[in-house]
Amino acid sequence: MTDLDWQPLWLTFKLAAITTCLLIVCGVPLAYKIALTKSKLKPVMETLVSMPLVLPPSVLGFYLLLAFSPQQAFGHWLEHYLHLKLVFSFAGLVIGSMIFSLPFMVHPIQAGLQNLPSNLLEASRALGKSDWYSLTHILLPNIKPAILTGVVLSFAHTIGEFGVVLMIGGNIPGVSKVASIAIYDEVESLNYSAAHVYAGVLFVLSFSILLIVYLLNRRHANLVRSGMVSP
Amino acid sequence: MIRIACRKELVAATGRVQLDVRMEIERGAFVTLFGPSGVGKTTVLRMLAGLTHPDGGSIEVAGDIWFDDQKRIALTPQQRSLGIVFQDYALFPNLTVAENLAYGMRQSSIQKNTLSPQLKRLLESSGLSALRDRLPASLSGGQKQRVALARALGRVLYGVAEGKSPLLLLDEPLSALDMTLRVQLQDELLALHREFGLTTILVSHDIAEVFKLSQQVFVIEDGKIVRSGSPSSVFLQQQVHGKFQLQAQVLAIRKEDVIYVLSLLVGQDIVEVIAAKDEAERMKVGDMIAIAAKAFSPMIFS
Repeated sequence: MTDLDWQPLWLTFKLAAITTCLLIVCGVPLAYKIALTKSKLKPVMETLVSMPLVLPPSVLGFYLLLAFSPQQAFGHWLEHYLHLKLVFSFAGLVIGSMIFSLPFMVHPIQAGLQNLPSNLLEASRALGKSDWYSLTHILLPNIKPAILTGVVLSFAHTIGEFGVVLMIGGNIPGVSKVASIAIYDEVESLNYSAAHVYAGVLFVLSFSILLIVYLLNRRHANLVRSGMVSP
Repeated sequence: MIRIACRKELVAATGRVQLDVRMEIERGAFVTLFGPSGVGKTTVLRMLAGLTHPDGGSIEVAGDIWFDDQKRIALTPQQRSLGIVFQDYALFPNLTVAENLAYGMRQSSIQKNTLSPQLKRLLESSGLSALRDRLPASLSGGQKQRVALARALGRVLYGVAEGKSPLLLLDEPLSALDMTLRVQLQDELLALHREFGLTTILVSHDIAEVFKLSQQVFVIEDGKIVRSGSPSSVFLQQQVHGKFQLQAQVLAIRKEDVIYVLSLLVGQDIVEVIAAKDEAERMKVGDMIAIAAKAFSPMIFS
């Protein structure tokens, strides 16, 4: 028990936290664009965002592996001009996780934005405010539960990721050996007690995170119903 | 002076309607767009506010061109200085009453307890001082309406400070309220219109409201302006002198022996009058009619 390597767990949470933060930055504008676009390409955009939901993670990981590989044009370009090595590296894991968890961030926020009355944005525009100002001051503050859901689902989903990490990250301790990989590794070498600890920690944490979100959302809904806070 | 000459194809319940309106509105006027729903009244307001893009035509306000498809000019809603009140208010649920009002008045959000003099005046003239820290969800319909109106006024006053002409657009703002509140808010609307020297364009399908508030009415049917002028010249078919003439709405027609009894809504009162058979057969429930009585011996109260 004492000689257990805690690094995979630490790495898992670091990966999930960084991925979630970057996904907020990319996911919110993307959700806003998709929610409000009148373009004919909207179904295509929605499909692309949703692909990681249905695609086996190994497929995604396989293509990312090919793309990031220095033998390929894109990977070569990355390594040569940006000095970025994405295969079997933490940075590569972050990018893979972002693509993999993108729908979990974009979908709740997109749905939240689409459920808002469209004239909130129109009223804000007519009051002289830019779309960006309207988004940050009116639209986003009114979909806080949706944003919370997106953040938590992305975080939890990144914790649970296995296939993509295995394909592009491999199993390098301290770099890409996250908890889900470590469990597989320990089971392979019949070290069940270590696997139990990793699995137990992930189980309890995932349960707690989701429970907290649902409790918060319920409390929020109750407060809204009693007129104490805004929706 | 506001000149609108716009075309826009609408998809209404009855099929496609070609909206084609031309109007000129004097500065300081209170005008109404009147007509059944789904004929493009709201679209005219939205085109003026820049929320709907016309298919063609031009919009000119106080000498500035806001839209012109020939010259490829189309100002964004942000560039057009006007206040608009939506039918369902569109208050920002996350902001307090005072913050909603301040939203269109300046760039930064307001700090608590530091209200600008303009905001204070606005809160007072709209009777909202006591509600300034409440959220919209906790307000009644009439209070929400006041906030929406005051918020639009805030934007108008901000524009006035920058030298723009004050223009207020109202999209059936009172239709969801009960009669008493409605009459009260109509009075307040008139008072604000005069106090701030506004040019006001109201969309309404309530004739009483049109009569009470506006000097000029445009009747829109199937996307076209079919009549315009003062409310009495538009709605009352004939001008009679030496008589009382009241406009009334037919609530019910019932036959009693050889005569017909009409139940009429005159203002807020229901009266019953007797009509001959041929008169009664010409009208149906819901019609607006004019009733006249000889004025030689009225009882006068003061």
